[in-house]
Amino acid sequence: MTETAPATRTPAALAALVPVLRDICGEDGVLTDASRRRTYESDGLTHHRSVPGVVVLPTTAEQVAAVVRLCSDRGVPFVPRGAGTGLSAGALPHAEGVLVVTSRMRRIIEIDVDNECAVVEPGVANLDVTRAAAPHGYYYAPDPSSQQVCSVGGNVAENSGGAHCLKYGFTVNHVRGLDIVTPSGELVSLGGRSPDAPGYDLIGAFVGSEGTLGIATRITVNLTRAPQKTVTLLSAFTSMDAGGRAVSSVIAAGVLPSAMEMMDALAIEAAEKAVACDYPQGAAAVLVVELDGPAAEVDAQLAEVVRLCGEAGSFETRTASGPEERARIWKGRKSAFAAVGRISPAYIVQDGVVPRTALPEVLRRITELSESSGIRVANVFHAGDGNLHPLVLFDDTEPGAADRAEEVSGAILDLCIEHGGSITGEHGVGVDKACKMPRMYGPDDLATFDLFRRSFDPDGIANPDKLLPTPRLCGERPGVRRGVHPLVESGRADQF
Amino acid sequence: MTPAEKLQVEGCALRRGTADDAVGTLVPGYVARPADADALARIMAVSGRRGLTVVARGHGTAMDWGGVPRSADLVVDTGGLSWIDHIAGDLVVEVGAGTPVADLFAVLEAAGQRLSVDPVREGGTVGGMVATGVSGPRRLLTGALRDLVIGMTVVRADGVVARSGGRVVKNVAGYDLAKLHTGGLGTLGVIASVAFRLHPLPPALRVVTIPLASRGHAERITAALRATTVVPAAVELHWPSRLPPPPSTDASGATQPTRLPPPPSTDASGATQPTRLPPPPSTDASGATQPTRLPPPPPTDADRTAPAPPSPAVPHHGPCLRVVLEGTPEGLEARTATVLSVLRGAAPREGAAPPGPQVDRELPAGWGLLPSEGTVVRVSVPPAESAEAAEALGALAGRAHGTDAVVTGSVPRGALFVSFAPGAPAGAVADTVAGARSRPGWSATLLRAEPHVHAAGVDPWGEIPGLPLMRAVRDSFDPGRRLAPGRFADGA
Ligand SMILES: Cc1cc2nc3c(=O)[nH]c(=O)nc-3n(C[C@H](O)[C@H](O)[C@H](O)COP(=O)(O)OP(=O)(O)OC[C@H]3O[C@@H](n4cnc5c(N)ncnc54)[C@H](O)[C@@H]3O)c2cc1C
Repeated sequence: MTETAPATRTPAALAALVPVLRDICGEDGVLTDASRRRTYESDGLTHHRSVPGVVVLPTTAEQVAAVVRLCSDRGVPFVPRGAGTGLSAGALPHAEGVLVVTSRMRRIIEIDVDNECAVVEPGVANLDVTRAAAPHGYYYAPDPSSQQVCSVGGNVAENSGGAHCLKYGFTVNHVRGLDIVTPSGELVSLGGRSPDAPGYDLIGAFVGSEGTLGIATRITVNLTRAPQKTVTLLSAFTSMDAGGRAVSSVIAAGVLPSAMEMMDALAIEAAEKAVACDYPQGAAAVLVVELDGPAAEVDAQLAEVVRLCGEAGSFETRTASGPEERARIWKGRKSAFAAVGRISPAYIVQDGVVPRTALPEVLRRITELSESSGIRVANVFHAGDGNLHPLVLFDDTEPGAADRAEEVSGAILDLCIEHGGSITGEHGVGVDKACKMPRMYGPDDLATFDLFRRSFDPDGIANPDKLLPTPRLCGERPGVRRGVHPLVESGRADQF
Repeated sequence: MTPAEKLQVEGCALRRGTADDAVGTLVPGYVARPADADALARIMAVSGRRGLTVVARGHGTAMDWGGVPRSADLVVDTGGLSWIDHIAGDLVVEVGAGTPVADLFAVLEAAGQRLSVDPVREGGTVGGMVATGVSGPRRLLTGALRDLVIGMTVVRADGVVARSGGRVVKNVAGYDLAKLHTGGLGTLGVIASVAFRLHPLPPALRVVTIPLASRGHAERITAALRATTVVPAAVELHWPSRLPPPPSTDASGATQPTRLPPPPSTDASGATQPTRLPPPPSTDASGATQPTRLPPPPPTDADRTAPAPPSPAVPHHGPCLRVVLEGTPEGLEARTATVLSVLRGAAPREGAAPPGPQVDRELPAGWGLLPSEGTVVRVSVPPAESAEAAEALGALAGRAHGTDAVVTGSVPRGALFVSFAPGAPAGAVADTVAGARSRPGWSATLLRAEPHVHAAGVDPWGEIPGLPLMRAVRDSFDPGRRLAPGRFADGA
């Protein structure tokens, strides 16, 4: 864990910068007061903490550029931050650096229906784009479950996905244009309303770069036409294997649902306790499948999916097409994380990915791991794309429990890698998984990532110590979370 | 040691370059054919130590894309890196760069799957397709080629083998370097293998071909289509520069609709009088597809299972729009009907009405292919300006110079291609490119230019936003600028 000594004073090197920062961002755009800085000490992965040296709240791209130029001139590190909901400590502040927060850059500059895109500032909340587009019959497709709060700039940095990325893809598939401030403080426009910008696809490489290549200051995203029809289906099985078979046969039948989510018995039990979601009694696994598109296509696919679930051994299948009925099905799934948080004093969430065909095997191995260690694991995951979110439960007051939980959690990631998967499907590497990168990539791969990083940031001042392993960083432990995430608790976010 | 011996590495056939290996006018000293990625890494390392310039080659179908390389000491033929690892249950495939695209497509089709991209060139290798990075018409549902690449192994200029991404669709670990190599024209490294996400083959499709009366007509149709929820896979524009060309007196295009006729003169400079483009692919008389006239009778069960009824091909050589719908037979009935009703509402207001729309059950022959000869300019515009751009570019390219050209491309993506007849004067290309670049938000690059166009000094790239950053990336991966120097705007 990274817990730095409480910083009360702005470090001396930074103190000299403060007057200039005030010139750039105005009096109220610079926070030096220790208690106010402390409110930014962590992002969504709350046990990594570090009080930022100074916080700036710019309102324009020019201000961002001027701040970064200053950092570049003085060799001071900076860390971009959006809404601070990230789950890999990517926005963990630098104690001797400047935290550049985009929360005052919240304008939706344009909803351009003719060109099917929206132009927004980075601090705009994900869901606000959809809200602004909805009256025109459009929405913004990437829908992380933190979408009420998380910023589009943060989504760009993390290449965020959502429950519906199985069909609609991730943030990278929806960004057409980016204005960025590079680590040397230059404001560069890439792409725009016209897709297919000429030259190297820097937009594609910037998306998912976790704030290490600069700061996105204006984003042009695709808007997607709202589907004619959406149907949600809930199917209950007596074993995870049977549920897994249903997933495989749906995919093999050539159906591409917009979402395909699964929960195991422990997750269902927790959800029932928390929100009384009324899932079929005796289910050892439930599968939530959503289909959308032209009504006639959805109807044809629905019949097929219902049939396939039956063949796979489902003992009950419910379908819903009205918004309220659909919400009822989703309720259990959406509450699962928070619910598990309530049945266990502490837990670790993983974000590993396995090839879909390896799901049954990996789930069996997770069960074995859980049984042999005595550590309970609840499985809630994006079955369609093999993105697991196992919740490793433990009691942090029990001596040694945290260590055993971390062992199980690490072993799960190893399983993912062993099966040709990934250590992170959507939460990003940040600080949390930087030290796990060498398990997935070889030294040459990592050196090549670093080569690329340095082409943008030769001085290493943009979000240092994130994404790639550094000696300073590694050897430390991955994250432990206690209770329900504050955002979920306050009803501002669901966690998937 | 002779120079050849110095380049000798294990697992890599080496021979002297010949005129057939020429890159533009440059005959490479050597051609190396590594047997696998390790051998590729060895030859790259050795050529790096010797400071040789290197141009990668698949089947050589796009060696004339981008700027003209200044130097090519060594051509690296990727043909030995030909393998397909298809994990059907995961809808994922990993492929060696030298694998013929046709082989890949055949393997996938046999499994009821596809890589959801329409190639723009016939033949060619997977590595070449990715390095040129251009996406054909069906990109509205599953994205462009770059959206389908989930992992890549690349050999850097110094011979280091670097992998990014992986074999799972959802993965945010590390930088997505494959995006840089997709469309990078082999200037950031030599692609050794690529992993793609796949999609199931749709059970059926419909192609609605709509002859266009005017730009306004095109705009009304595309706006009206946008308002529907029929979710087309493609909305492809075909806009010849000469409106309308004479009816089917042109027999040359009948059998090879997607290939332009060869230049009329053997003059290598290519400065000849222009030739006429063949008619658009779907309308040729080869009889590959059998369009039906619309509106169709109300759907019946019999109709659903019936094979496409034969009907005479109705050639039209003028501008048209093709809407491709993919899905279940049941779903397609309703969606096609929606498209047709939209068309009735957007009927042309000006001039004589063109023939009504046609519905086909197959893609036209040569679907999505760019002409295999002649200069092609890629123009990106805000999608709502696609029809306007086609009209303006057609006028710039064609009428002003008496040249034949055709503007094609995806309307909802504003991704247009201006294809000039072989031998089209450089002035026509220069005017087209300059005209496009003068418009805010438009960009124009030479995808492929004939030698006389390059010789006339037409800038292949123009002012690319972010160019200094791109050069910085180039310098970090290839500090000696040894990979196809000159092909990208590398400012040497
Ligand atoms: C309850 C909960 C549910 C979640 N569900 C999902 C989910 O379903 N799918 C998913 O993908 N994620 C999910 N997340 C993770 C998180 O919400 C996303 O990663 C989100 O995109 C982060 O956005 P943010 O604005 O909060 O970014 P922050 O946390 O502020 O920052 C994240 C990273 O982006 C960088 N950054 C921020 N703004 C910029 C900018 N303008 N330019 C450059 N870099 C920038 C930061 O430096 C940092 O590295 C969830 C988180 C929570 C707490």
